[in-house]
Amino acid sequence: MRNQRNIFANVDWPSILLYLALIFIGWINIYAAVFNEEHYSIFDISERYGKQLMWIGLAFILIIIILLFEGHFFTSFAIPIYISILFLLIGVLLFGAEIKGARSWFKIGSFALQPSEFAKFATGLALAKYLSSLNIKMQDLKTKIIVTIIIGIPALLILLQGDAGSTLVYASFVFVLYREGLSGNVLLIGVYAAILFVLSLLLRINTFSFFNVDIEGDILLMIVLGLIAAFAMYITKSMKKTWFVIIISLVLSIGLVFSVNHIFESILEPHQSKRINVLLGIESDPHGAGYNVNQSLIAIGSGGFSGKGFLDGTQTKFNFVPEQSTDFIFCTIGEEWGFLGSFILIVIYISLFLRLLYLAEKQRSTFSRIYGYSVASILFFHFLINIGMTIGLAPVIGIPLPFISYGGSSLWSFTILLFIFIKLDAERMNVLR
Amino acid sequence: MNNLSSRQIVVGIIFLFVALVYSLRLFYVQVINNEYKLNSDNNVLREITQYPARGLIYDRNGDLLVYNEAAYDLMVVPKLVLEMDTNSFCNLLEISQTEFVSKFKKARSYSRYKPSVFIKEISSISYASIQEQLFQYPGFFVQTRTLRKYPKNNAAHILGYIGEVNPATIEKNAYYRSGDYIGKSGLEYAYEDILRGRRGVKRVLVDVHNREKGSYKEGATDTIAITGKTIFTTLDIQLQEYGEKLMVNKKGSIVAIDPNTGEILALVSAPSYNPNLLVGRSVKKNYPLLANDDLNPLFNRATMASYPPGSIFKTVQALIGMQDGVINENSGFPCIKSLVGCHNHPTATSVSSSIKMSCNPYYYSVFRKIIQQGKHKSFFKDSEVGLHQWSNQVKKFGFGQQLATDIPNIKSGFIPDVKFYNKWYGEGRWAFSTIYSLSIGQGEIGIVPLQMANLAAILANRGYYYVPHFIKRIDDTEHIPKEFTTKNNVGINKKYFIPIIEGMEKVVGEAGGTARRAKIENIIVCGKTGTAQNPHGEDHSIFIAFAPKDNPKIAIAVYVENAGFGGTWAAPIASLMMESYLTDSIKDKEKENRILNANLLNVIPKK
Ligand SMILES: [Zn+2]
Repeated sequence: MRNQRNIFANVDWPSILLYLALIFIGWINIYAAVFNEEHYSIFDISERYGKQLMWIGLAFILIIIILLFEGHFFTSFAIPIYISILFLLIGVLLFGAEIKGARSWFKIGSFALQPSEFAKFATGLALAKYLSSLNIKMQDLKTKIIVTIIIGIPALLILLQGDAGSTLVYASFVFVLYREGLSGNVLLIGVYAAILFVLSLLLRINTFSFFNVDIEGDILLMIVLGLIAAFAMYITKSMKKTWFVIIISLVLSIGLVFSVNHIFESILEPHQSKRINVLLGIESDPHGAGYNVNQSLIAIGSGGFSGKGFLDGTQTKFNFVPEQSTDFIFCTIGEEWGFLGSFILIVIYISLFLRLLYLAEKQRSTFSRIYGYSVASILFFHFLINIGMTIGLAPVIGIPLPFISYGGSSLWSFTILLFIFIKLDAERMNVLR
Repeated sequence: MNNLSSRQIVVGIIFLFVALVYSLRLFYVQVINNEYKLNSDNNVLREITQYPARGLIYDRNGDLLVYNEAAYDLMVVPKLVLEMDTNSFCNLLEISQTEFVSKFKKARSYSRYKPSVFIKEISSISYASIQEQLFQYPGFFVQTRTLRKYPKNNAAHILGYIGEVNPATIEKNAYYRSGDYIGKSGLEYAYEDILRGRRGVKRVLVDVHNREKGSYKEGATDTIAITGKTIFTTLDIQLQEYGEKLMVNKKGSIVAIDPNTGEILALVSAPSYNPNLLVGRSVKKNYPLLANDDLNPLFNRATMASYPPGSIFKTVQALIGMQDGVINENSGFPCIKSLVGCHNHPTATSVSSSIKMSCNPYYYSVFRKIIQQGKHKSFFKDSEVGLHQWSNQVKKFGFGQQLATDIPNIKSGFIPDVKFYNKWYGEGRWAFSTIYSLSIGQGEIGIVPLQMANLAAILANRGYYYVPHFIKRIDDTEHIPKEFTTKNNVGINKKYFIPIIEGMEKVVGEAGGTARRAKIENIIVCGKTGTAQNPHGEDHSIFIAFAPKDNPKIAIAVYVENAGFGGTWAAPIASLMMESYLTDSIKDKEKENRILNANLLNVIPKK
């Protein structure tokens, strides 16, 4: 019986179709981004679109492998998978190759693999495993601490690689924790921590002058935090109990600012921190601060309502937009397909996210629900930052657009992330029996 | 738990809210707002790189050694090229139709959208006429950059050259972009960060007719190029030029140092080449010619060739012997030719006379006393202890290690130690009798000419040196690196230098000395000859010296390959260099002409 079962039995076809649509959109736009009339063969694997096609093929093989597993394999092996990924993250710090300032790649011949991409689904699994065990209550302090450790370790290791963008993605787990009962304030705290993280990166290199006194940007940030805390304590002077909370959050905030600074000053190599600075638009890269976003907006804006047409974009072709097939792939879409195309893409994404939330809620097993939320949150966070940065609503942080950006590691990791959930969902009924 | 599942609504609303905000923003950017649209007549932005002028290089007296000359590259963006009158275009550029086609094809196969160089380095004269008519040819534009020029034709090995940056460097260093120039060797390499300056970018809007429509955003995104800093070197270019002249038709090197500061006055490696050969587009033609030349002119012998030092090394042996207390300045040893070969001379009865006459058996005995100090019963063990102490002491002279000077590719030479012989012969299987050739600077020992000149400086200073270097000043303000102003003591008491220097004075100044040809009128020269046996042919001719004896101003080492006895060629070359530096003139024209006319490239090999 077992051997004869259809691996696609009970899979959620709407999600898979949305996935395929995104993969397809990604590929034709990578083709457009690097299009060159002399190399028109779509199978040319020396070009990026050829390679991406190869990676898509491998992603399909991965899907079949994942669907061949029993769903409870992922439940049972969640922790071992998580731990092996942690070892890979440590390994890449020690033995990894450096590409553009980030030590986050394993190089095997001409082939480069980025373990940090795969840490996302592993963290999702580990989190689901822990939170679904018996007698766990999100409200308990112990639970909070362990959850922080599970999410924090990979995030910290990735920050040490010099990849601030991928680190930030771990903030997306607040959605999961919120759903599992963490106080709604945590959502706000999560947003607050992310803003503080970006602010301390932005401010630490600046010096401000007040009445001829020079204050370093990060010190200033700490002072402002202290003033806010003092103000909050003044307001709540009748409720001394809240003071404890305020002081703890002040200490934690200052600790965050301080550790960001420390990692930059002492742990990262100068060129690694430089890369992060350039990504954030702090340090004037060869193009000058803010230049990327401007170029990106020009490209997208020039698309108008209906776009310039497939392969007819000019801004994205003349190399005015940086990283146009990876982090800035949305520019090509915006330029060639216009508002119409961009809007459809957003609709596709949001449909997928909502579908995942809906499926997650239908799960009978807590593990599957939590994992489902992790998938939706991680994908959403990438969408939020990546498109936000190209349209000037989020800081320039280089993280890929799921299923669309060029790159094998990210495509595979998103595919694994999604399809483990699709497999868990397909066996939803089994849990009942 | 039911109240928790209502939280899915909150998360869903957050997702939808972001999607809504992004859609509205896109609608604003793409449909409502016109600020981000370029004009409908297809204006494009063009980035024009502002290449900074590279820093100038001067010699110690303010003579210009390297400067820049403007050059213009004609660039093309194939996709922007419209139908045009190729005939008149080719006439304008003075190229043939077939050349045009092949160049255009090459640019197109690189990229249709990115600019590539169509013609490199147009002269400034043709640039003027081309610039005037370029508006007729959309897709083409001119990019200004600079070329290095060398007014003196000398010091090629020291100055080095620049060339296009390679992909590996671009990957490693975020500053560089394809097509940038970078120092590839010599001082251009060592002081790249100081010399290169900082590139700027100018962004202009260009219409379909290839006309600039003004700067983008009023230049708000432009950056200004910052010129590289000027470097003043320690070189005396007149001395350098003279040295290169003396070494014409010879293989070898000259290194001259100011012992008071470690400043390198001249560093000649012969044969050399004209630095102007490796500039701009002539590199392609000239580099393979130089690289394939049998005499290897690209090879910097002064810093990269490791030679046996021969008898100049006796000065070091005598110093160590006295410091160790195994000999004193009045020690005498008989000239027993059965130990090691020698020439006929009166018996050396003191350290100074042994230096003067360069007696080989004398130093056989000195070295035996250094190596076998009788501290251990076993012959083998005793030699091990002695050699260990000896090689440590020798390394303090800067031998067997890279002198951390400021040009790249310095070789360290080789000083054999206990580990080496244990590996070579096996532990306990070698003793003094196995390694005695070291006593006269032969055998496994290897020293580069820069280190030999440094030895001359150590002798001149009576016991210390500054790491030899080329940098004197950066712009007007900056100090030179600290490692070049730190005194290095060699660990030998100053008094032991007295008999050595006395001997070196006699080498040049007294009848029976080995380098009478090194004499300079009215100046006391102290020197030591060396003649290194060479298994491949005629002996190498070696001489180190400094002058004047008191308050020395110059220390020098000359190494002439396959030229025979040290006193015959190396000594007079050294004396001419010192005389030229100290007096700005040469009194003995006959001596000068003898060197200038000598061709030692094809000396018949000794059998
Ligand atoms: Zn003798």
